[in-house]
Amino acid sequence: MRPARWIYASFVVSMLGSLGLVAYYLIGESAQVEGVLLGLALGGMGVGVIGWATRLMDVPTVTEEHDTLESDDSAVEQTEDMVGQDAVTRRKMLLRLAAGASATLGAALAIPALSLGPRPGQSLEQTKWTSGARLVDRFGDPQRPEDIPLNGIKTVFPFGYEGEADSQTVVIKIDPELLDLPEGREDWAPEGCVAFSKICTHAGCPVGLYRAAAKQLLCPCHQSTFDVTTGCTPVFGPAARPLPQLPMDVDESGFLVATGDFQEPVGPSFWNMDTE
Amino acid sequence: MLKWIDERLGAAHWARKGLKKVFPDHWSFLLGEIALFCFIILLLTGTYLTLFYRPDAAPVIYEGPYEPLRGREMSAAYESVLRLSYEVRAGLVMRQIHHWAALVFVAAIVAHMVRVFFTGAFRKPREINWMVGVTLLVLAIGMGFTGYSLPDDLLSGTGLRIAYSAVISIPFVGPYLGFLVFGGEFPTEGIISRLFVLHVMLLPAAVIALIGVHLGVLWRQKHTQFAGKGRTERNVVGKSFWPQQFFKSFGLMLLTGAALALLGGLVQINAVWNYGPFDASAVSAPSQPDWYVGWLEGAIRLFPAFEPTIFGVTIPSMFIPGVVIPGIGFTVLALWPFIEQRVTNDRALHNILDNPRDRPARSAIGVGGILYVALLTIAGGNDVLALTFNVPIEAMVWFLRIGLFVIPVLGGFITYKVCTELQSSGARPARRKRGTRLRRNAEGGFEEVPSDSHS
Repeated sequence: MRPARWIYASFVVSMLGSLGLVAYYLIGESAQVEGVLLGLALGGMGVGVIGWATRLMDVPTVTEEHDTLESDDSAVEQTEDMVGQDAVTRRKMLLRLAAGASATLGAALAIPALSLGPRPGQSLEQTKWTSGARLVDRFGDPQRPEDIPLNGIKTVFPFGYEGEADSQTVVIKIDPELLDLPEGREDWAPEGCVAFSKICTHAGCPVGLYRAAAKQLLCPCHQSTFDVTTGCTPVFGPAARPLPQLPMDVDESGFLVATGDFQEPVGPSFWNMDTE
Repeated sequence: MLKWIDERLGAAHWARKGLKKVFPDHWSFLLGEIALFCFIILLLTGTYLTLFYRPDAAPVIYEGPYEPLRGREMSAAYESVLRLSYEVRAGLVMRQIHHWAALVFVAAIVAHMVRVFFTGAFRKPREINWMVGVTLLVLAIGMGFTGYSLPDDLLSGTGLRIAYSAVISIPFVGPYLGFLVFGGEFPTEGIISRLFVLHVMLLPAAVIALIGVHLGVLWRQKHTQFAGKGRTERNVVGKSFWPQQFFKSFGLMLLTGAALALLGGLVQINAVWNYGPFDASAVSAPSQPDWYVGWLEGAIRLFPAFEPTIFGVTIPSMFIPGVVIPGIGFTVLALWPFIEQRVTNDRALHNILDNPRDRPARSAIGVGGILYVALLTIAGGNDVLALTFNVPIEAMVWFLRIGLFVIPVLGGFITYKVCTELQSSGARPARRKRGTRLRRNAEGGFEEVPSDSHS
């Protein structure tokens, strides 16, 4: 049998690829060239080795017998007897104490894991919004209702907490005629400006897309859609809770201020959350 | 040399036995090997990456060569990934090979698992290795997800945010668990370094250990084989490990590396500089996870807005798709050998593989399961698909919600029919025609031999 030429050639290709990579490393920095040369270096040798194995190695087919895996009952019994021999099982009280000591030792060794994080306490129920906190953009500039264009949207934070994840809020200005907010929130929309937590109540993504024509906020992660005019009630997608609305007013200087924190937890739900 | 070792360890006998190990020949037995080789490549490229990456959330101002981000505040982690991509020679190609290898790693594991499932290779005595394999799949997904999160770009931060929300949705202990894992309320400074430890130490160590178990058990139990001449439940027919099988496997490793090098060089992946640094109040649309998390993302998207409050306790809408469905899915998958054993009452040892057509019920369930996961994966990209094909996202979601219950059942039913039909007709549509090939003999003449003869 004449050895196939391409098997020889592929080893040469591999060598050229490797040498090329060494040379190229010293002069260039294109990932594309590096990838191709490395591909040639590895691929050439791979083809050569496989060609060698499949075309040039005449090896016989062989047969191997399985060991008997059928369990040998007497061996199992002997092992069990060895494990449960009298010297071990005689002292029942000691066995129980050893088991108990193992359990308490486990607890003792696990307890430092609690240092990994603080306890949640009230932090899932609260944000940094307080009564009187001005709504500022990420640069700290306070906002007047007239700074928000009609049908416009702006991301705001409580003054002093610019960029704080938990307190991120969107302000949207809507024709007040269109607003149909839940009872008790009539005063939370000065000049048609309404503010909602920007954290999706489904999986916590920032609800950043506003469909001005439909007056809907859309979460780009899982497409939960909230109707802004009715107080951001969910109308489509997996979110089940409305986005919490920020109680809001205008202060004596004409700037938008919060009149308190959100009245429900912001972000995704959890089992023992306060649903009042 | 060998003598020196043998005199101390008595290893020559053992080594010879190893070299003589019989490998039955079938292309589908190579899928698991590809997964192993991907893992080796992941270890090599990953080690290189750790030498440049900084697992540090501390803010820095970017002053590197990438113009659009110059002057931006970002984490040291993100900055180090930019530096690796733009300033370290061969850094970008290493990072892209690493990412591609991760995608192919999980894909190869899944393909291997599908092969094992449909051929019944998980049956007694191989239940242990099946469960080890399922655990390896979970760990591989975990490694992928933690790795995906390390660059601390906008997209990876979004993924972490969703994972955090899933943890929070666990009954009652969720918030405590979330705070322990993340070190406080999301986003936290410490999470990057924690993910780093998981990604480069704990998870790879677990994977290495389990690969050892997987191969050790395989070694002990020997290979399965398809039915054929001279093959019985009591033997293995094939080629010995040395030299041919070793050379073939080694060549396959090189080819896997070559394919990943070409992908990593030519096909851009996870261009984190386009996403920008993580910012809790920003997100990009569309945002897509790596493919192997797509089914989870899809489940989360499709699950309806159902969040009942019973006796003052709220069941978060993330809980069922984000915790229960993957939990049940992986549990059923891991226990499948025992479930099947319970149903079929088959407790015999099996070393000959099934032809999928001979087990129509199992094949139907397998196809149904694959369709279910595939539909969820499609749902994970429904916004992109809706945009691409210009269908309303609402229609897309409702089609998939209903399709999730109809299509897998339909697919399973058709599979069952096809299997029983094939059984009765005896047709072999997937089998290559048994042709002949010409061989030149020593005298210079030609002779015709069956193309599958190896002699």
